[in-house]
Amino acid sequence: MQMIKTLSAAVVVIGIAVSAGNVHAAAKGPKAPAQDWSFQGIFGTYDQAALQRGFQVYKNVCAACHGLSRIAFRNFEDLGYNEDEIKALASEYEVTDGPNEEGEMFERTAIPADRWPSPFPNKQAAQFANGGAYPLDLSLITKARAGGGDSAIRVSMLQPTGFPIGADYVYGLLTGYLDEAPEGFEIADTQYYNKYYPGHAISMAPPLYEDSVEYADGTPATVSQMAHDVATFLTWTAEPELNERKNLGMKVILFLIIFTAMLYALKRKIWADLH
Amino acid sequence: MSESAQNADQPMSGNAEIDDKTRRDFLLWSTVAVGAAGTALAVWPFIDQMNPAADTLALASIEVDLSAIEVGQSITVTWRGKPVFIRRRTEEEITEAEGVALGDLPDPQKDADRVQKPEWLVMVGVCTHLGCIPLGQKSGDSKGEFGGWFCPCHGSHYDTSGRIRKGPAPTNLPVPGYEFLDDTTVKIG
Amino acid sequence: MSSSSDYKSNNAIVNWIEYRLPVFSFLDAQLNKYPTPKNLNYFWNFGSLAGIILVIMIVSGITLAMSYAAIESAAFDSVDRIMRDVNFGWLLRYIHMNGAHFFFFIVYIHIFRGLYYGSYKAPREILWMVGIFILLAMMATAFMGYVLPWGQMSFWGATVITNLFSAFPIVGEPIVEWLWGGFVVGNPTLNRFFALHYLLPFVIVGLVFVHLWALHMHHSNNPTGVEIKDEKEDTIPFHPYYTIKDMYGLGIFLIFFAFIVFYAPNYLGHPDNYVPANSLVTPSLIVPEWYFLPFYAILRAFTDDYFIYAWFLQWFMSAKLAGVIAMFASILVLLALPWLDRSRVRSSKYRPVYKVAFWVFAIDCVILGWVGGQPAEGVFVTITQWATFYYFFHLIILVPVIGVLERPKPLPSSIAASVKASHAPQAAE
Repeated sequence: MQMIKTLSAAVVVIGIAVSAGNVHAAAKGPKAPAQDWSFQGIFGTYDQAALQRGFQVYKNVCAACHGLSRIAFRNFEDLGYNEDEIKALASEYEVTDGPNEEGEMFERTAIPADRWPSPFPNKQAAQFANGGAYPLDLSLITKARAGGGDSAIRVSMLQPTGFPIGADYVYGLLTGYLDEAPEGFEIADTQYYNKYYPGHAISMAPPLYEDSVEYADGTPATVSQMAHDVATFLTWTAEPELNERKNLGMKVILFLIIFTAMLYALKRKIWADLH
Repeated sequence: MSESAQNADQPMSGNAEIDDKTRRDFLLWSTVAVGAAGTALAVWPFIDQMNPAADTLALASIEVDLSAIEVGQSITVTWRGKPVFIRRRTEEEITEAEGVALGDLPDPQKDADRVQKPEWLVMVGVCTHLGCIPLGQKSGDSKGEFGGWFCPCHGSHYDTSGRIRKGPAPTNLPVPGYEFLDDTTVKIG
Repeated sequence: MSSSSDYKSNNAIVNWIEYRLPVFSFLDAQLNKYPTPKNLNYFWNFGSLAGIILVIMIVSGITLAMSYAAIESAAFDSVDRIMRDVNFGWLLRYIHMNGAHFFFFIVYIHIFRGLYYGSYKAPREILWMVGIFILLAMMATAFMGYVLPWGQMSFWGATVITNLFSAFPIVGEPIVEWLWGGFVVGNPTLNRFFALHYLLPFVIVGLVFVHLWALHMHHSNNPTGVEIKDEKEDTIPFHPYYTIKDMYGLGIFLIFFAFIVFYAPNYLGHPDNYVPANSLVTPSLIVPEWYFLPFYAILRAFTDDYFIYAWFLQWFMSAKLAGVIAMFASILVLLALPWLDRSRVRSSKYRPVYKVAFWVFAIDCVILGWVGGQPAEGVFVTITQWATFYYFFHLIILVPVIGVLERPKPLPSSIAASVKASHAPQAAE
């Protein structure tokens, strides 16, 4: 009887949890298919090589228009760079500082403590340079799209077959351009047809072409490879604590399982004389 | 606690009762110990979150480029929210600093103990009396009676080594930890 | 307050304090020797669990408040800084964020336990009503807390829900401007929501003390619904029996909680809230968090063209106003439950008809929650309207009628008798 009650409680928990996930309502259009990610699941961690390659893609392709303003140069330690490499990386960029004693803002070389400088001084300049479309800051994009950031639970009441996470969406978007819009779909000359972008008409031209980046580690730079790597990198920018979080989670849950078992044994012992 | 548990309907036989009680006590104390350890580990993040955050720690040390500073010139940089005076001393200032008798100093300290390279004086520009910022960095400033720095708040005079000579300040201007990364770059903190 | 035990100690310090402030005899009477029915099942764990989550929420909330900036221009960035730079900031934020979800989950189970076993019936009416006030305070706290990160859902959820008050004639618009402190949700709104969000949990703590005071007057209900007749036969001391059982329940809860916090921390939330608030762009689907969905559904059930079974209301109120009133009524009607339920029998264990009605009601609530998250169009509107109708039909019609007409099963003579009967076939549980 006790077992049934505990089990039904567990079922209710999972039931409501799964139904709570129904906020992941399907966006208009097909959902991006799930990809394999090294950081997925309870034992997932970031693949540092993929992070470095993804950073290369961001730096050489995306950074021209898309900011990454929540990431500081010092954060790149996570990618495996040492202090000197980070200083060298930062010194390639200039940031605005000031006002100085004359009351003027000035440019200076970036230091590791600085954040990634935006390609445009403000949102209006960004829109102006891109035909009215605003290239989003990408720091949190994988938590702000599709099913959100990395999640060990991938089903919900609305989508019992599973929902895509932000990284799947980014990969799908980057690889989901069609040369021609399907029959009957009206699309402006300044826009492109994308399978996974909500509404399908996206102002960004396909950013990735075969070999548009030459990887430092020699991996062939196919569109699929670059999309996968940059999606991994962008998951890291949104969730830099992932490795630590899952590591600590394993220790906490193992501790709790052992401790709860001890509590249960103690409970049975104390209640024994009543039965 | 064991007393209430002994409101049992059937008393157990002597030996079994003692064994059972010992087992329960061991289980109890090991559970308490594990629980206490778990609680301490769980409390730690709540305490650690008050420690300086990563962005604060990133500015814990700064690197300063000295190449633009001429002999006899001073600059002020901000380090950990405080002003740091960096002065490229003249020959006269160095000689004067080295020649002071320790007996004349309220806070005796040799000049050699306050600098790594005699030409470069690096110290925190906060008066050790009550925290004002002494004058003496700019060419028009009063430098006090000892040619170094002068605190206008309560009249403390510092010499060319930043040592207190006259006035209410109890100790010399503090020297932070620093190292020369090369001839023209110093890392403070 | 039940009578304090005669508490005497060999410790001089304890006696010194006790003489001046009787904390030790108080704790001894209320937590140690306090008589509790011996037949409580695991559904009675959820009250203490709710209390512990309240403490977790307050502690994590205070640590977050140390780094949070309640200013429009800095709010989103301050939360982002907590996630990235503050030591264990991500952990505190995820604990606080997901703790709210679990808090409501636990409290909803706690409430449904009360509905099933008749814990709201005399003499526990005030206990029940204080509980409903705690629920209302929780809902206000959670609503304001969700605004603080200043994401798209924060901003637009605040806009939609505060706009509800404009439904009231004459006073509506001024009330909304008063709530906002301006003409739109903005900095004044954010600031005051932060102040109130910090305050209300301590109001909840006060209400919880009143809740426990009322509870200790007549002691806990139990699965049979039969009152305690003989303390020695029917009850056991709270410590050690229920202290250890509550700790075990806490352990189980923490495993589920830790799994979500560490492995699926954003599963229960909405991705749009990771987009900074933009007053010029409305998200495609504005949904409150799941624990508000049933009430959101009831709010939206009243459409301009169809005032399901309440067509006469159309003549003196708008659909919007009807929705607002129905939403508040759905909670306030629960206050009347002790008087709506006419049955002399408490527990559904002995009420075969009411038991079925209870489960249908529970399923109706889940349906209301599910449909509240759907777009307000097509078949979803019909489902919402039927589910809303049934909600009120159950509470206002079914509960009294079943209470009067039902023939309950024979009750056990006492708690002790019921426990003996359940053990008769075999010794093991």
